[in-house]
Amino acid sequence: MERSLWIKIGTIVAVTLICIYGIVGIPKNQKELVDNFEKNIKLGLDLKGGSQLVLQVQVQDAFKAEADQVIDRLKTEVKTAGIDYGSFDRNEPTTIETADKIEIAVKGVPSAKLGDFRKIVTERFPDWNLTSTSGTDFKLNIKTTSALELRKKTVASSIRTIESRIDGLGLAESSVQQRGAAETEPEILIQMPGVDDPARIKQILQTAALLELYEVQEGPFASRDQMMNQFNGILPMGTKPMRGMGTQESWFLLKRAPVITGRDLRDSRASQDSMNNSWVTSFVLSQDASRRFGAFTEANVNKRLAIVLDNQVRSAPTIQSKITDNGQITGAANQQEANDLALVLRAGSLPASVIYLEERTVGPSLGADSIREGLYSGLAGVVAVVLVMLVYYKKSGINATIALILNAVILIAMLAYFGATLTLPGIAGIVLTIGMAVDSNVLIFERIREELRSGKSVRAAIDAGFSRAFLTIIDTHVTAVVSSAFLFIFGTTNVKGFAVTLIIGLLANLFTAVFVSKVIFDWELSGNKKVTTLSI
Amino acid sequence: MELFRDTNFDFMGNKWPLIGLSLLLTAAGLVSLAVNGGPTYGIDFKGGTLLYVKFAEKPSEEAIRTALSRKIKGEVSVVAVQGTNELMIQTEIKGEQELQSTRQTIEDTLASVYSASADKLNFTGAPAQRLYDRINLPLQKGGVFIADEDLRKLVVEILKFRDKQKGGMLANFDELSAVPGMTPQVLNVIKQESYLGKYLVRNTEVVGPRVGNELRTKALLATLYALGGMLIYVGLRFEFVYGFAAVIAVFHDTIITIGLFSLFHKEISLTVVAALLTLVGYSMNDTIVVFDRIRENLQRGRKGDMTDIVNRSVNETLSRTIMTSSLTLLTAVALWLFGGQVLNGFAFALVVGITVGTYSSIFVASPILVFWQDFMKKRGDNSRAGGATPVVPAAKKLAAK
Repeated sequence: MERSLWIKIGTIVAVTLICIYGIVGIPKNQKELVDNFEKNIKLGLDLKGGSQLVLQVQVQDAFKAEADQVIDRLKTEVKTAGIDYGSFDRNEPTTIETADKIEIAVKGVPSAKLGDFRKIVTERFPDWNLTSTSGTDFKLNIKTTSALELRKKTVASSIRTIESRIDGLGLAESSVQQRGAAETEPEILIQMPGVDDPARIKQILQTAALLELYEVQEGPFASRDQMMNQFNGILPMGTKPMRGMGTQESWFLLKRAPVITGRDLRDSRASQDSMNNSWVTSFVLSQDASRRFGAFTEANVNKRLAIVLDNQVRSAPTIQSKITDNGQITGAANQQEANDLALVLRAGSLPASVIYLEERTVGPSLGADSIREGLYSGLAGVVAVVLVMLVYYKKSGINATIALILNAVILIAMLAYFGATLTLPGIAGIVLTIGMAVDSNVLIFERIREELRSGKSVRAAIDAGFSRAFLTIIDTHVTAVVSSAFLFIFGTTNVKGFAVTLIIGLLANLFTAVFVSKVIFDWELSGNKKVTTLSI
Repeated sequence: MELFRDTNFDFMGNKWPLIGLSLLLTAAGLVSLAVNGGPTYGIDFKGGTLLYVKFAEKPSEEAIRTALSRKIKGEVSVVAVQGTNELMIQTEIKGEQELQSTRQTIEDTLASVYSASADKLNFTGAPAQRLYDRINLPLQKGGVFIADEDLRKLVVEILKFRDKQKGGMLANFDELSAVPGMTPQVLNVIKQESYLGKYLVRNTEVVGPRVGNELRTKALLATLYALGGMLIYVGLRFEFVYGFAAVIAVFHDTIITIGLFSLFHKEISLTVVAALLTLVGYSMNDTIVVFDRIRENLQRGRKGDMTDIVNRSVNETLSRTIMTSSLTLLTAVALWLFGGQVLNGFAFALVVGITVGTYSSIFVASPILVFWQDFMKKRGDNSRAGGATPVVPAAKKLAAK
């Protein structure tokens, strides 16, 4: 046998070994073989079971919060500068698209101080444009670049919070990523393979987890009307009304500025109340916050403190004595709820509320069925193709079968090496690749038959068959790869998996059908110099 | 073995009846699409709620449908999945805010129809953590000693057994005796604390209408771009008219496949679009094989007019055209028969598309070349005002290449 043939055979054996290593590693026993296989071939959530969610960040919330903050800061600045202002107000954008339309209206700035007011806004609030609406009235609009920045920041920090919540749940294989452009489509794609309780996770992700502790001015009241009546319809300066939790309606009038916010927490844990065995979520404050809280509670003994979560008063206990660094949130129905609240408090609050645009949940039993069905159909397809090849092309059919199996092995190994995820459409892609891969063999074999018929010798017919069919094979592969590439660009996760398998399969096919198959023929012919017949 | 050896069918002579058939199929598909107001889109493209629910016993579609339509406005479809005790429940969604509520309503309705117990844990579909929480305390109270780590492992094994071996549903609790590590005491506590729900939601998909609309546009664009890509590639490798003929043939395949989906009231889902795009690439293969041979025969300067050359080329490549297509068809049929519910539409599109694609490379793409040559010849004859020799223009050009 020629030396070059040995090198070619060596190459094929090496590729095969590398591929097998990629799929199962070097197993010492059958259990290790299965384990390695399961470790190397990552299953998508349609096969493993799990959940995929698409969240939309309501960025307008962040714009409103930003405007509120600007109003608060402006008031202080204006007061310090000795400007006697009229009123500040903002509008209420309700959709993502209109978030940038946020506007702060300032009314009744004294005419003598107009210059000072302008100076404060332009110097201290560079993100906002100031326009005069009439003599003493102004409006503030957020600048386009700053709006863009705020949108991006809101989505990025939502992603961070969601990531840390998911990490807190110990969902190792999950992924959180942005989908679409932050400017126009503030969407977050979350994939959680293997999750078996998606309802609970949805709840955890959607909780804003905005914890605030307020001083209670008045309350509780049985209804909002009762509260308003007590103050003749006008609430005192620096206060805000807030609803209480529970089936019975209750309202509190709170001091406008919170004493403590979620950012001041150091830790949070679920624990059992010793008094009545109910589950509570206790929290510990940071050093700086506990100093503030200590001073506050000391000065306000016998007054009530409202513990507010997501704009709802959870409880309003009376301050008995000085408290420094801890507190607890009551109202959890069970241990898991208390645990989940502790988790979201630890992970931090969301900068804006989120809604679900999409949810796909596959139960673990359906995933197992899909794997089985995928395997059966794959086996049936391969067996049928191999049988037809053996009957139709006799011994050359064996050649094609070897190429086919190697094709499948390379494809699966590449998926393992790239860390690609195997989905059900991906399995379909592998099955289909087998059907398409054999096409190249057919094209070559038919050409060889034709060359034999025209009177060429076996060796010449094989050489001509391969070289003539080669261009056709390239053409057919290019068209298939092009359409798969468009599929990849268009596709959602599952469809992408299919496109990737198809593309890899086609590329591997060039190696197996053209190179490997030729080497096998060469090897068959290398023994005897004068071959007169070919089993094809 | 060899079929189709030295065949000599007069494909081009008999092209009219078959082109007629093509037109008929295309028309039937288009009419059906027009009558049904466009293709029936799956949930991916139109938005909505879709639940696959497995039942312990054959469910009453009617009862569930009535219960659901009482609570949900708009269209509710309840369809039995053939050969199983499964139902596919689908509703439409008008606005983004209904997304979660509709799904919740469906689950609540199912729970009320099948009178789910609120006191005990539903073992069917119970997550690991819930099952653990539920049995941990009673086990301790009952004096059953089991290490925490072992109990967690046992719970995982129990659920693995339920989902992988029993398809998510047990006939009775005693089946759990087969789980490795199971003890009678633990089994008793499970029996005491939980019950076997009569149904299981195996798959939930909730898609907002806006997402669906976007995807529809993207799918259409991807298909058009892919066709454009084919036109350019084949146009460059051969001649523009070849690219044109090939793309018309593939377009024909796509229209007929979509038409058949409409005729059989099958839904166009995301995977079906994946199949269609794959077909755009695959149908091209047979056409290219025939075109390659036509070019080769033209280059050799074979005698005869274009009709003869096309006829001979189709006959010469007939064996491989049929072989390649039927082998790929075999795998598509395997997917169709054994691939299960999820892949059904995908496999159906492939089976139809591969069949039509093979036929169209012979009866659509090739005749277009003949028509083109005839047209060019006629134009040449007219301009030269007299019967010139029937030289095929493309042949000359290609031979010069």
